[in-house]
Amino acid sequence: MPQTAQVHVETHAVKERSPFVNAIREFWKSYRKNKPALFGTSIILVFILLAIFANFIAPQGINDQNIGNKLQAPSAAHWFGTDDFGRDIFSRILFGARLSLRVGFLSVIGSIVVGTLLGILAGYFGKVLDVIISRLFDILLAFPSILLSIAIVAILGPSLNNALVAIAIVNVPVFGRLVRSRVLTVKEEEYVVAARSIGMGDMRIIFHHILPNSIAPIIVQGTLNIATAILDAAGLGFLGMGAEAPLPEWGKMLSDSREYIQNAPWTVLFPGLAIVLVVVGFNLIGDGLRDALDPRMKN
Amino acid sequence: MFYYSVKRVLMLIPVLLGMTLIVFAIIHAIPGNPALTILGTKASPEAVRQLNQSLGLDNPWYVQYFSYLKDILTGDLGTSIQTHSPIASEIWPHLAATIELSFVAMIIAIVVGINAGIISAWKQNSVFDYTAMILALIGVSMPVFWLGLLEQWGFSIELGWLPSIGRDDIRNGVDPITNLYLIDTLLRGRLDQFWMVIRHMILPSIALATIPTAIIARMTRSSMLEVLKSDYIRTAKAKGQRMVWIVYKYALKNAFIPILTVIGLQTGLLLGGAILTETIFGWPGVGLYIYNAIQYRDYPVIQSGILIIAFIFVMVNFIVDLLYGLIDPRIKYK
Repeated sequence: MPQTAQVHVETHAVKERSPFVNAIREFWKSYRKNKPALFGTSIILVFILLAIFANFIAPQGINDQNIGNKLQAPSAAHWFGTDDFGRDIFSRILFGARLSLRVGFLSVIGSIVVGTLLGILAGYFGKVLDVIISRLFDILLAFPSILLSIAIVAILGPSLNNALVAIAIVNVPVFGRLVRSRVLTVKEEEYVVAARSIGMGDMRIIFHHILPNSIAPIIVQGTLNIATAILDAAGLGFLGMGAEAPLPEWGKMLSDSREYIQNAPWTVLFPGLAIVLVVVGFNLIGDGLRDALDPRMKN
Repeated sequence: MFYYSVKRVLMLIPVLLGMTLIVFAIIHAIPGNPALTILGTKASPEAVRQLNQSLGLDNPWYVQYFSYLKDILTGDLGTSIQTHSPIASEIWPHLAATIELSFVAMIIAIVVGINAGIISAWKQNSVFDYTAMILALIGVSMPVFWLGLLEQWGFSIELGWLPSIGRDDIRNGVDPITNLYLIDTLLRGRLDQFWMVIRHMILPSIALATIPTAIIARMTRSSMLEVLKSDYIRTAKAKGQRMVWIVYKYALKNAFIPILTVIGLQTGLLLGGAILTETIFGWPGVGLYIYNAIQYRDYPVIQSGILIIAFIFVMVNFIVDLLYGLIDPRIKYK
């Protein structure tokens, strides 16, 4: 027997807002409930502020040497102690934040731009291009990332900027694959087929439909990759394939002071803690963004 | 299963070829003339020309690539600039050291990671869950070399419990047979040395295992949480099955595919992390071999070291792919 139900729908006048603003509001509503993510965000904000205002906050310059004052334990004058040249470790860590954050952000932006481009070429235009690009990604991903970075730095010569480029290249396939798979899904959606049938050009389809639908996973992956990029840059610095003396890069600071660990453990402790804090921060933000932006990726 | 395996093997070939091409390209892109590197900067142009000719460096690149490929297939990995000995014979003891260390680290990571993940999922939102997940977060965020240095400081220098450098004591060196010291000491019936090798292994293997343990724990937890919500688990509970049994027998089996993927991928991270861990602990593996080669700009060694590690990584993932087919019969028909 057919049943009928009466539904009362109350309608409210909805203020017209741009979809972008709505999306941001929607995102913030869910993100702000995520305490770990907010904690991560505050860690990173603090580090960004410290990096920006390092000139004003740091009690000493990064290269102010005072041999008579070397390997001093943490004190009121030197919060994190001094290193083997008598340089203030706290000041060096503050300036080091600039280097690490720069490597993290710039390398990931580089990988995203190139990866997105290749991913769209492979996924949207397909065929031979797809085979070539996808195989290239497979091959690049067959190398452990730090080894491939080492090989690339060997070509370019050791420096922080070359480490940045190497890390960016190594991460291109991560974003390339991500975008390619999004493109393949979105391409078959009815609204894209409809757009094409009314004569929309490839470029418009890519910019209006494909890219906006790929942004959420790219942002999530990008944030998590900033964390690994910072770790890799520190690793390269530690191996002598990254920042060169006297730059206060955290990994380099660790490798320079490892021989003093017995008598001056603070020289090793604080640069490492700085790395852990920043990487934890980006990981927490990345997890939070994933939960808020991309429910499908949610665990 | 046969067709599935054949398909996987065929898919392996372009990746392996591409790897050799990339390593070949990298070494050729490195600025500087290899002949000059070998002979020194004071070499006469005539000597450089002769060496170029004998090394085949005056041939077009594809001829050089095919002769390189031929060399690799016949087991010739070139000659070290630093020691002038063939890399293929030099690299095995290093490779054995890395394999032994990575294997032990992987076992630690799998046992600790999977169990921590399972208990976290089972007792979701408990104190154990929170503690484990916070530790896992710190684990994935920690530079391996920093943890290694702290371990050395704490357990070797301050407490004096464990050795901080090398695979064995200099005055009580292991007499190698296979170069896998855990096996060699047993083969020679030297239990005292076996224990010594284990003591040397504890700190580096824990440092190396940290990141994979953390990642495996996170993956196991999320994968288990999903499975534990499914109907068949509820049925098993309703039947009054013991929870330990349900979790380890029924749930783990279905949660295992993503875990296995992560384990395969972690091998790469492990082998990459080996270069940092080995540098810190003076562990004479491929990582340290490559690190020393970097210091001397010994490019043939860097090239072969990277190629071998990438090769192992690809093979491990190939085996993981085959295991998928065994664990989940549905996969091989796709």
